[in-house]
Amino acid sequence: MVLTGAEIVIRCLQEEKIEYVFGYPGGAVLYIYDALFNQKQVRHILVRHEQAAVHAADGFARSTETVGVALVTSGPGATNAVTGIATAYCDSIPMVIISGQVPTAAIGQDAFQEVDTVGITRPCVKHNFLVKDVRDIAATIKKAFHLAKTGRPGPVLVDIPKDVTMQKCAFEYPQEVSMRSYNPVVKGHQGQIRKAVQLLLEAKRPMIYAGGGIVLSDAAEQLTKLTRLLGFPITTTLMGLGGYPASDRQYLGMPGMHGTYEANMSMHFSDVLLAVGSRFDDRVIGNPAHFAEEPRKIIHVDIDPSSISKRVKVDVPIVGDLKEVLDEMIRQLEASPTRPDASALAVWWKQVEEWRRRDCMKFKNSDDIIKPQYVVQKLWEVTNGEAFVTSDVGQHQMWAAQYYRFDKPRRWLNSGGLGTMGVGLPYAMGAQLAHPGSQVACVTGEASIQMCIQELSTCKQFRLPIKIVNLNNRYLGMVRQWQELFHGERYSESYMDSLPDFAKLAEAYGHVGFRIDKPSDVEGALRDAFSRKNDLVFLDFQVDQTENVYPMVQGGKGLTEMILSSEDL
Amino acid sequence: MRHVISLLIENEAGALSRVSGLFSARGYNIESLTVAPTEDSSMSRMTIVTSGSDEIIEQITKQLNKLVEVIKVVDISESAHIERELMLVKVRASGKDREEMMRMTAIFRAHIIDVTESSYVIELTGNQRKLDAFVGALEPELILETVRSGITGIGRGDRVLKL
Ligand SMILES: Cc1ncc(C[n+]2csc(CCOP(=O)(O)OP(=O)(O)O)c2C)c(N)n1
Repeated sequence: MVLTGAEIVIRCLQEEKIEYVFGYPGGAVLYIYDALFNQKQVRHILVRHEQAAVHAADGFARSTETVGVALVTSGPGATNAVTGIATAYCDSIPMVIISGQVPTAAIGQDAFQEVDTVGITRPCVKHNFLVKDVRDIAATIKKAFHLAKTGRPGPVLVDIPKDVTMQKCAFEYPQEVSMRSYNPVVKGHQGQIRKAVQLLLEAKRPMIYAGGGIVLSDAAEQLTKLTRLLGFPITTTLMGLGGYPASDRQYLGMPGMHGTYEANMSMHFSDVLLAVGSRFDDRVIGNPAHFAEEPRKIIHVDIDPSSISKRVKVDVPIVGDLKEVLDEMIRQLEASPTRPDASALAVWWKQVEEWRRRDCMKFKNSDDIIKPQYVVQKLWEVTNGEAFVTSDVGQHQMWAAQYYRFDKPRRWLNSGGLGTMGVGLPYAMGAQLAHPGSQVACVTGEASIQMCIQELSTCKQFRLPIKIVNLNNRYLGMVRQWQELFHGERYSESYMDSLPDFAKLAEAYGHVGFRIDKPSDVEGALRDAFSRKNDLVFLDFQVDQTENVYPMVQGGKGLTEMILSSEDL
Repeated sequence: MRHVISLLIENEAGALSRVSGLFSARGYNIESLTVAPTEDSSMSRMTIVTSGSDEIIEQITKQLNKLVEVIKVVDISESAHIERELMLVKVRASGKDREEMMRMTAIFRAHIIDVTESSYVIELTGNQRKLDAFVGALEPELILETVRSGITGIGRGDRVLKL
């Protein structure tokens, strides 16, 4: 069958069973949009800014087990997409981004809307391609999907010049990909796994530390089984929330800069630490030198060898797919006549429970002013802990992570690695499209939400009944918190003046908007909002302006040097 | 510590910039980098001379391996290997200097590959030290121009870097 390059692009997406493409048209992709017009299988979601197209496709991927797809034009379309691509890259999200390019003959001529898209995106993609021949389109797109979802996942960009989309050739979608230079390890090394299991069985103060890899590899079930089998305490990072049920007794909450006292203390004083799909990053272990002061054996399982022994020296490295490796660990444990050291574990748990009794997440609620933590607690109650929750970046993000207790993976969507303000609403769009009947909440701040506020229009067009929970403190709250603590209360440019009336703004876009001022109205407003199954509701909560996120490990400090509340200052 | 890393990479547009971009983005050193297609023209072989602690070298090899187009990576300086570099030197050669230059060329087993009334171009291969020694042995005012290829290397004996 002879097709144009543009038709081939769309056929490839059909072959990949892609339901939604998030995009924005322009000159270089006109033929692709024409091909899109002539079919029904792949639906296009017209966003209002290319950054949101990539974020929404990313959110779709995060909330499902599929690859997100975005389509943008050359030049400004591609540069607008860069923040989205970098965001997905930092969190290893499988995505394919198709960008238009000026015609091949014009490349390098400083043509209208020409940028070196492959060059600009190179450091923030898993891989990228410039397709110069129509006969290469199908094989390249096949490779792009393969690369995006295998190994350590990530965004892959395919840049296609306009003339290539007009040329014709026979279409055949390859069934398989074989690349001699790319063969990610899947199965873990048997001997290493045996060593790890041995260490786990001998441990006196064991701890499990799981990261986003658990969610990405869909290994939550295996992790839960292994953790229960061992009876060890477990923590999951910001990216790993939901990878282990938060309501379980063995769960200690999140570690790191705004993690719980018990999780940080247990990580620090463990004698055997099992790290799975996590990377010891600076927001988790704080100062690596301080972390290394306490001797402990570290087992590190990850699909990416370069994540192992990068910041922390590891004793038992295991490269492989988490699902496979954890399954093998479970198999060996079940086959072993030895059990974990029960008496040592009892002593360790006693210590862990003592740390837990500090109740570091307690906060003083108020009858007069809305506490942001209270709003998230109520959100959790009202949605039975079952909503898809997205967040932006700032204090509200930490409160959402701390107070919404995720029992299932892929329910919590946030930009952990790049920390991109503006992701919340587009992530919610992706999640809502992927899960039409489900409750989707976007927990945000008055600053972050304005970074992609134009998407309220997209939400109207595609009838997405997202609930926006705006924790409005009239400050760049996280910036203000750092200025309060580390910059002598000089609030340089962190106060937001001239905010819009968000409720009216939502109405202007054709949605429902509430403004909530009193603590006693919080729950009612949330219930009202979630009862409106077909409406996007913007809930503008006027919250305490001075509230800070605790516990806190300051940059450069060690995990045990936490500030638990303002009284510690 | 100085290391010599050899790698095979798909011979495709942009492959070199992926490697050099990796080094600059992560702040790794590049002392020299050479690249050319192998006997199988679909592959290029690169030799990178770099330096860093053991941890950094481990990260460099892992990060290189992670590049999708990289086929194989070996730190050839971990065991017995040979390094060679090519240098071309244009020297002033008139009057008594002509004799002197021929003598130096013979001593270093170099070749004169271009001759004019007033200059020679001398070709010399060897390891870095030999090339440095040659340049050091010439009178600086006689050197008109030098160009060096950067180092290439290969393992000794049975060790082979192949697909
Ligand atoms: C695109 C982008 N610009 C700047 C920052 C730095 N930054 C981190 S948090 C924050 C303030 C966020 O304010 P708001 O959305 O109101 O949330 P709050 O912290 O008040 O909950 C800023 C500016 C960022 N993370 N992303």
